[in-house]
Amino acid sequence: MDIKAYIASGILELYVAGQLSEKENQEVYELMQQHPEILQEVLEIEAAVVKLTASVSPHAIDFESFEAKLKDKDTKVVDLKPRKPNWISYTGWAASILLIGGLLWTLNTKTKLEEELQTVSTEKQYLEIQIEEARDNLAAAKTLLDAIRDKDIIAIPLGGQGDYASSYAKVYWNKADNTIYLDGEGLPNAPEGKVWQVWSLTLNPLTPTSLGTIDDFNTDDNKIFTIANTNESQAFGITLEPEGGSATPTMEQLYTLGVVSSTP
Amino acid sequence: MIQQRNTLMVDIDTLVKQFQNKDQVAFKQLYGMYSKSINGVVYNIVKDTVIAEELMQDVFIKAWQKSDTYAPSKGRFFTWILNIARNAAIDKTRSKAFKQSRQNYDADNFVDIITSNDNLDRSTDAIGIRKFVTNLGQKCKEIIELLYFKGFTQKEASEELNMPIGTIKTRNRNCIQQLRDMVL
Repeated sequence: MDIKAYIASGILELYVAGQLSEKENQEVYELMQQHPEILQEVLEIEAAVVKLTASVSPHAIDFESFEAKLKDKDTKVVDLKPRKPNWISYTGWAASILLIGGLLWTLNTKTKLEEELQTVSTEKQYLEIQIEEARDNLAAAKTLLDAIRDKDIIAIPLGGQGDYASSYAKVYWNKADNTIYLDGEGLPNAPEGKVWQVWSLTLNPLTPTSLGTIDDFNTDDNKIFTIANTNESQAFGITLEPEGGSATPTMEQLYTLGVVSSTP
Repeated sequence: MIQQRNTLMVDIDTLVKQFQNKDQVAFKQLYGMYSKSINGVVYNIVKDTVIAEELMQDVFIKAWQKSDTYAPSKGRFFTWILNIARNAAIDKTRSKAFKQSRQNYDADNFVDIITSNDNLDRSTDAIGIRKFVTNLGQKCKEIIELLYFKGFTQKEASEELNMPIGTIKTRNRNCIQQLRDMVL
């Protein structure tokens, strides 16, 4: 870099005047650090300008008149710093924190109570359902009882047969509306792949007629099944058959059998 | 000579650093070095002794309060405070109150002020300065007035004086060189 040409360009005079861009200022500053000639030049320009501008001042300047003003302004600034503890402010903050704590606690309690209320409500609904179920059951039982008590009903006990002597069942036959009510309480659950099949029988000659299989036997609660029967039945039997039922009863699997005692 | 000047620069840099650390003694020294110059620049704009001194003091108070905004890489400390002063003074001349009180203030430039300055006679640089302004060409007067006292940019000065920008730069160097020959 040609230092002399740089100095001669007049850039340093503009630097002191404050007429360079931020980038140019940075550049001159760095060059001043590297080249003593440039630094020297800047110092001389500055000294000359300081003297020239000072000579325009109409009178000498003393520091004392300024000092008073400075102290005045400075004290005002300094005064703001050592603030006394503001107890009203602290109390305010403390109260705010307590209030927030209280609000949180209340909110928490409210949430808990709401949860409890929800639980109670659910329990209540559940109890209502149970009551309704009980009512339904009672109504069903009454209907059943009414059906069995009907004057047209014939009761036929079905006794255990052979190996299954402990089994029993009962058929209530309403000839008026061709319905039988089979009470299978004395029968075990059907093993997997098997179903109970109900038969209507005439005795001379012995002719079985299927009244159907009881597919929902295991899941039924009261084990009472309503079955249509239009036959002139003389006896009823129940056999255990493969799923889907059989055309003729498997006699080895005949669990219970009962004969209709008299024809009304 | 260079050694001595370097010491001077270090001194200014140290002073400025101390000033930025709110050292009142350093501040007082900088005030002693530049307050008269700043007063001169401000007076040249407002042309009122009382207003000028008040403004000059405000400038130094502002510099003291905003000392952390100065950085040596941005320019000379003198240039920084010169800028604050010129802006404050120009702001003042634009204020309504100032305009009303100074309807017809004279259009004297720095040379006229120096020439009629009684105070200058007692100053040590008086002889050099007087010699300088007496011999100063019209163009130099105008350029120095605009660039240093009024804060015009090169471009603004070139438009004002109807002179190419490059000429402003070299012409200004010559003018300042003459000043240096007389006062340093």
